[in-house]
Amino acid sequence: MNDTTAETAIELIGVNKWFGDFHVLKNVALLVRKGERVVICGPSGSGKSTVVRCINRLEEHQKGVIRVDGIELTGDAGSVAAIRSEVGMVFQQFNLFPHLSVLQNLTLGPMKARGLSRRDAEDRARHYLDRVRIPEQADKRPGQLSGGQQQRVAIARSLCMDPKVMLFDEPTSALDPEMISEVLDVMVELAEEGMTMVVVTHEMGFARKVADQMIFMDAGEIVETGPPAEFFEAPKSQRCQKFLSQILQH
Amino acid sequence: MRLFLIFAPLLVLAGCASNTNWGWYVINPMTPSGWINVRFLINGMGATILISVIAAVISIILGLLVALPGLSKRRWVRIINRVYVEFVRAIPLLPMLFWVFYGLPIVFKSMGLNIPIDPFWGAIITLAISDSAFTAEIYRAGIQSIARGQTEAAQTVGLNYFQTMRYVILPQAIRRILPPLANQFIYIVKMSAFASVIGMQELTRRANELVVTEYRPLEIYSLLILEYLILVLVISAGVRWLERRMGSDERG
Repeated sequence: MNDTTAETAIELIGVNKWFGDFHVLKNVALLVRKGERVVICGPSGSGKSTVVRCINRLEEHQKGVIRVDGIELTGDAGSVAAIRSEVGMVFQQFNLFPHLSVLQNLTLGPMKARGLSRRDAEDRARHYLDRVRIPEQADKRPGQLSGGQQQRVAIARSLCMDPKVMLFDEPTSALDPEMISEVLDVMVELAEEGMTMVVVTHEMGFARKVADQMIFMDAGEIVETGPPAEFFEAPKSQRCQKFLSQILQH
Repeated sequence: MRLFLIFAPLLVLAGCASNTNWGWYVINPMTPSGWINVRFLINGMGATILISVIAAVISIILGLLVALPGLSKRRWVRIINRVYVEFVRAIPLLPMLFWVFYGLPIVFKSMGLNIPIDPFWGAIITLAISDSAFTAEIYRAGIQSIARGQTEAAQTVGLNYFQTMRYVILPQAIRRILPPLANQFIYIVKMSAFASVIGMQELTRRANELVVTEYRPLEIYSLLILEYLILVLVISAGVRWLERRMGSDERG
């Protein structure tokens, strides 16, 4: 909070969203500085995924302002494309392209959206596959990989687009327990390299390790924010206390 | 069922034994005149196939163009799709054929255009438009069966709408779209028989013409049905081959 010189990566001001009559996001305000790691947690249905999905316009917000790297997100296709080119996204269900090989999954965006040559795109893809530690799987189909491997491919796929910000929407929730750490390890490395990250997760060990800012959401509102030490040791609101006691018990 | 199998041949035998005057000679390829008749009938095959194939190709392209607005998030765009599908699907083929063949040239003329419509193109236009409403629905169902996450993932790696369709959605949907689409082709082949009424020299027209000169409807129409049967069986074999092929590289 003392660091006012760091540039803003993502800014949400008074963001509101409704699904029909249901008010999913209520005046959400959020500031993410460059290089900062923000972890969002909260009970299911609290709107945490929706916040992340609004940032790259997978969902449309109806009121308020969203700015990414200074670009305001409006309905206009240009701003959506501009923001998506800065923002990488990792989904709970991986969403790899099942009909393409791992390598093709990684080169599709760079070649078609960025106009890279096949050679350059493949070099880049192999570099990132190396970084997520599965270089040997390049020619397999996603369906032949384990969940943990698929999610690491998905992370590599996003990194191939050179994003300035990475969004993670419950990246380990669909994984078998023994595969969670291999994905989290990759995410920790990414954090250590200074990537700006917004992560929706219930992995509180990961949050303690990498988060600069914790956010607790409930019923479409940000109820509590703070640095992890404070957040975990002395949560102020009752709802947050209750939530933490529930997920930390086990 | 078993009873039927036993009785059916008996019925045929009984029929042969009655004093019905059979005339299979008209289509007996062993006799010179029979062979001329058979050749005349089979020569309609080319036109039937050509009309069906061209109509199917147009319908496959047109169907996709009609299906895409049906998948839009915007209501008014979806309405374009609904109106087309509901309207076209409601028109029986024969009236549409008459309208296109006899009516459309008048519409063109009123617009100062001199575009004649011959039976060949009249049949193709009618079959293609009529079928496109169904292919559009096949595309829509196939594309909708691909999980939303695929579109979202494509968007997050920077692909635009057409790239998403071309590289991500359609390659996956095609596996589910092709078999019903091929099935639809069988319909087109059968419906092409209607082209006979506007004078297109295809299988049915030729059979009709021969019946008028030979007065042997049973024998000639039997052969006609056999011709369609063979044509359709060949197509179904192709469809099944295609399905196996698509299924074989199915994964993930």
